[in-house]
Amino acid sequence: MSEEAVKQETASSLFTVSVSPHIRDDETISHIMWQVNAALLPAALFAIWWFGIPAFINMLVGVVFAVLGEYLWQKGMHQPITAFDGSACITGLLLAMSMSPLLPPYMVAVGSLLAIIVAKQSMGGLGFNIFNPAHIGRAALMVSWPVAMTTWTKMADVSGGVDAMTSATPLNILKMQGYDALIATFGSQSDLYWNLFIGTRNGSLGETSTLLLLLGGLYLIWKGYVSWQVPVTMIATVALLTWIFGPAGLFTGDPVFHVMAGGLMLGAFFMATDMVTIPMTIKGQLIFAVGAGALTVLIRLVGGYPEGVCYSLLLMNAVTPLIDRFCKPRIFGAGGAKS
Amino acid sequence: MFESFLGGIHPKDGKELAKDKPIEDMPVPQELVVPMGQHIGAPCTPTVKAGDEVKRGQLIGTSSAFMHADIHAPVSGKVVKIEPRPHSGMGSCMAVVIQNDGKDEWADGLPLTRNWQVMENEEILAAIQSAGIVGMGGATFPAHIKLKPSKPVDILILNGAECEPYLTADYRLMLEYGAKIITGTQILQKLLGVKRTVIGIEDNKPEAIKAMEQAANGTNIEVAALKTKYPQGAEKMLIKVISGREVPMGGLPMDVGAVVQNVGTVAAIADAVEHGLPLTERITTVTGDAIKEPKNLRIRIGTPYQAAIDYCGGFVEQPKKLIAGGPMMGMAQATAEVPVMKGSSGILALTAEKVDHGPEMNCIRCGKCVKACPMGLVPSMLSILSERQAYEACRDEYGLMNCVECGCCTFVCPAKRNIVQYIKNAKGFIRAEQMKAKAAAEAKKKAQEATEAKKEAEK
Repeated sequence: MSEEAVKQETASSLFTVSVSPHIRDDETISHIMWQVNAALLPAALFAIWWFGIPAFINMLVGVVFAVLGEYLWQKGMHQPITAFDGSACITGLLLAMSMSPLLPPYMVAVGSLLAIIVAKQSMGGLGFNIFNPAHIGRAALMVSWPVAMTTWTKMADVSGGVDAMTSATPLNILKMQGYDALIATFGSQSDLYWNLFIGTRNGSLGETSTLLLLLGGLYLIWKGYVSWQVPVTMIATVALLTWIFGPAGLFTGDPVFHVMAGGLMLGAFFMATDMVTIPMTIKGQLIFAVGAGALTVLIRLVGGYPEGVCYSLLLMNAVTPLIDRFCKPRIFGAGGAKS
Repeated sequence: MFESFLGGIHPKDGKELAKDKPIEDMPVPQELVVPMGQHIGAPCTPTVKAGDEVKRGQLIGTSSAFMHADIHAPVSGKVVKIEPRPHSGMGSCMAVVIQNDGKDEWADGLPLTRNWQVMENEEILAAIQSAGIVGMGGATFPAHIKLKPSKPVDILILNGAECEPYLTADYRLMLEYGAKIITGTQILQKLLGVKRTVIGIEDNKPEAIKAMEQAANGTNIEVAALKTKYPQGAEKMLIKVISGREVPMGGLPMDVGAVVQNVGTVAAIADAVEHGLPLTERITTVTGDAIKEPKNLRIRIGTPYQAAIDYCGGFVEQPKKLIAGGPMMGMAQATAEVPVMKGSSGILALTAEKVDHGPEMNCIRCGKCVKACPMGLVPSMLSILSERQAYEACRDEYGLMNCVECGCCTFVCPAKRNIVQYIKNAKGFIRAEQMKAKAAAEAKKKAQEATEAKKEAEK
């Protein structure tokens, strides 16, 4: 055998050497991300039925520009292409779902690109973004086109006796006209609750249906992608604080309304659970959720905006690294021998 | 019943490949390669030279260092070479190569028969030491040192968890040699004077639990069915689950009054004390989806992996990885020339289908590794900091040195990050720095002494 042949034979009989462990779980980032997309789907489909074609167009534009923006950025920067792993799709979809269905599609496109390029890719891509990209996109649009961002569709007259010819969201009515006007708009308190639960009300495109968001959220909890403590704690904090600080003095609030109104359900189940931008340990996540809930209530009841989920989550994103630093798990055996 | 430890994972166990294969004696191959480093501590120096005739059980390697275990000829024959050979843990190691003469004769006086019940503890310990027994679960800590703890111990724990996927050697041993394990355990009970003795077995091995319960009938040895969860067999986890005690950071089991031994080690101790037999063979699982007929073999130390693989019908498909040990903590081998050693619990050949995974991505902070870590660390941060060469931060802020490298974090990581590799890199750097600092301090001390001596002389 020639020397070359011997060399070749040796090389072919060599096995791959790498550090343990040698087997891995089947779970991938892409799979997780598409599961989250799937969990958003019921609420997204409902939005198309309830708000019509504009809702569909906005969501499509949001997703297409987010994915395209990420693809072009990665292509231009000679990075591995991960634009189709589902995470850009979530950003685009969440962005569109958290804004008015009346928003001109070009604004959605600008928001999507800002979210992907500024908030995500320029930070280093998925995993390194400090803030939830969809929220950055929304906040940027909020300061750029404040009127368009707060123009809401007219509620369709589907629930019979409701005088639906108003163009404000329930939280808007509460802020501007008070609780009694809110009840009057919907007929009775139970009508108000029912419409909020089903989703037949005014609001951002994908935030209206408590029922379907809950369904998607429960799916994520069941699959183990989301710890139930986060949404539950955030929602409970909002309920407790809005009940205590009611319009007619302490303990006169309407927590049921506040929990289902605005973007709380969407925020609590799909944004406060965005693994990249929240703390990693349960202890840290609880602090995050309480903080986000409290800030939401603060903005809703005292602040200038009727809704506060977006800004409260952004503020808590900012302190996430700090929370992580102080909420490390206890190391096994720390503190000496235990028996 | 037993409280669990935090974290852990549930990989597919792959044990169905070999769990129903009774232990088979593998014929001794023509040539055995016996490495001089088969234990934690100083490698041995050969006590024979090329051309010497040896008998099975004859001492062929020893060391003057405290931390070592003697090495014995696994077969009778002729020493043909003493040279560095591929080694499954060190890459390459000095080895005594023995040509099998086919007679398989024991050294003079072996095997003998002794009644351990009338032996003094010193005699028992000496018998274990001269048999060269090490921890056979894979850690290879010299048994005679572990069994002479410098602190009082009151609980002896037998590790029959065998939590590594694919491996079934301990399982078969418990099924087929329960009586021997019990004898070995009773010897250790006498030696250590413990109050409580527990054999821990994962509850995915009900037959082994039954077999050990039967074997332990009439003794004060408890059999504990533990939850099936990797790394249930890790020493610290096992102690925590069985006794509720937590070994302190940087501490040893004896700090909480416990001694842990693998069931295979205990069986070897029974042979050594009752029959004076040195450790020259062990039970090893040859398995994996690339092996034609997975088997549990009683195999001589020094048998090249290739011979064992050939005995199991060879490969059905070219494996991508050949692993010494289990898939979670075993070491990947470049070549099948490496020999079986005292700590070889398994020879695992896996195809690309089992070991391939996607490219490594950014950490997405999903926190799965934090939930999986049995030591309460934040593996994702360790991997990121190590990647950025912030090794001191790994050590000072994230408890780097507490990592036991069980691999749970890396197994669950959806970004397919090689977290254990990053951690090993960081540990390597920290250890090298420590050595450097120590050497520098010694040099400084010497220089100081020299100047002082000079000053003295000048006076």
